[in-house]
Amino acid sequence: MSVPNYLREAPRRQRMEGTRCKGCGAIHFPPRAVCDRCGGRDLEREELSGTGELVAYTVIMYPPKGFENQAPYAIGIVQLKEGVRILSQIADCDPMELREGMRVEIVIRRIREDGGFIEYGYKFRPV
Amino acid sequence: MRGVAIIGIGCTKVGEHWDKSLRDLAVEASLRAMEDAGLYDADYVLVGNMMSGYLQNQEHLGALVADSLGLQGAGAAKVEAACASGGMAVHMGCQLIASGAADSVLVVGAEKMTDATTPEVTKALAMAEDQEYSAYTGASFIGLNALVARAYMKAYGVEPEDMALFSVICHKHALDNEFAQFRFPITVEAVMNSPIVADPLHLLECAGIGDGAAAVLLASLDGARKIADAPVELLASTVSTDKFSLHQRDDLTSFKAARASAEAAFRRAGLRAEDIDVLEVHDASSALGLIALEDLGFAERGKAAELIRDGGIEIGGRIPTNTFGGLKARGHPVGATGVYQIVELTRQLRGEAGKNQVGGAERGYAQNIGGAGTTITAHILGRVD
Ligand SMILES: [Zn+2]
Repeated sequence: MSVPNYLREAPRRQRMEGTRCKGCGAIHFPPRAVCDRCGGRDLEREELSGTGELVAYTVIMYPPKGFENQAPYAIGIVQLKEGVRILSQIADCDPMELREGMRVEIVIRRIREDGGFIEYGYKFRPV
Repeated sequence: MRGVAIIGIGCTKVGEHWDKSLRDLAVEASLRAMEDAGLYDADYVLVGNMMSGYLQNQEHLGALVADSLGLQGAGAAKVEAACASGGMAVHMGCQLIASGAADSVLVVGAEKMTDATTPEVTKALAMAEDQEYSAYTGASFIGLNALVARAYMKAYGVEPEDMALFSVICHKHALDNEFAQFRFPITVEAVMNSPIVADPLHLLECAGIGDGAAAVLLASLDGARKIADAPVELLASTVSTDKFSLHQRDDLTSFKAARASAEAAFRRAGLRAEDIDVLEVHDASSALGLIALEDLGFAERGKAAELIRDGGIEIGGRIPTNTFGGLKARGHPVGATGVYQIVELTRQLRGEAGKNQVGGAERGYAQNIGGAGTTITAHILGRVD
């Protein structure tokens, strides 16, 4: 990832900034310009709670380039309290003990080292 | 709208072609298709490919391939829709013929994957996903398949062995396919004992890495009758897209784009699932094979495993599926896969499938998926009598 892209994404990566549709109340993450529920275009920024539950998970044994030294690691779909679903690494866990429905919370962690600088961003961990 | 027909087909073997470049593969498959048609010409050249920019540092494949074939002057473009690039290229070719914008279109799908390391290819494949919110987590493409597999198993009480059987049958079908990458039999036990790629998916139930190219020459149905001895008609060509990322969707056990593209294709062709004699589905992993059988209407929801256990997807079964090995055993040179499917269905409908021939096959269906169920194409082919 380029440095400008990293800086641009920081509000999402580090504060979970999403959008709320003023028309239908739907919450989105990442932020959208057009509501994916009602098609509305009047949206406002909203910071999300960062807590929710695990919907599905797996353990990556063969990682993509850039993640080699982290494998094996768990990834999962997290449904936030607000109803939004996001994909995340699941940190601080024994993958054998993960279960669907488990409560998880956001934690800011090192994502990867790429081209000499270190990216930080959200992961989730069991509460 | 004009009818669209396939007048020529050709492909290379899928495998590790260390002696052939991406261009060499595309040219080889294209020349075979044109030789098969007896027509060395095309108004348009469409190249289905996903990863040439990253893996070969080469874009602008349309004109590159057209020039290599001596077709300077033809319209040409690369068509990219992740793993559905091939199916999408065929779809775009159909639009050009049907609208009258072109009288002949060469569609060639080509991918060259084995010059790169596995982490590089894994990263390239993950480019199908949202770089800022999916690939960013370190999710591999098979990792997303694993999320689908786990949700599917849990929802319907499907056992890992049920899923593995799909890949076992694909390997059986590839034994007599001279173009297949993996021509050896496997057993359910072998799948279960192979390494886990992303829990619950094992190595032997996930499509591998390979090079290959496949091509079809399209013409209008009326034109085809004059040129080809046995043209095959494209009765329907449709595409549908869903919410971009898997995790944004409520249901992980079925793909809306698969259902929508199938419904549109069946409507266009005036047919139902019962009318299809031979099927090609996008088994990037075993789980996707089972889900496809259900999404396309060949098995009830949660019942694909029963169909497979009863021999339903084998040659001679109720709906012979992936009769040349599918993604798992024929191989999955990504941007070429959707075109391989059309080539294979055409062989079946022409009665040229050798030991893999489905007796009396008159209509075939091909499903090609890009991303984790994001872009899905549907093609229905029919014999012209
Ligand atoms: Zn809305």
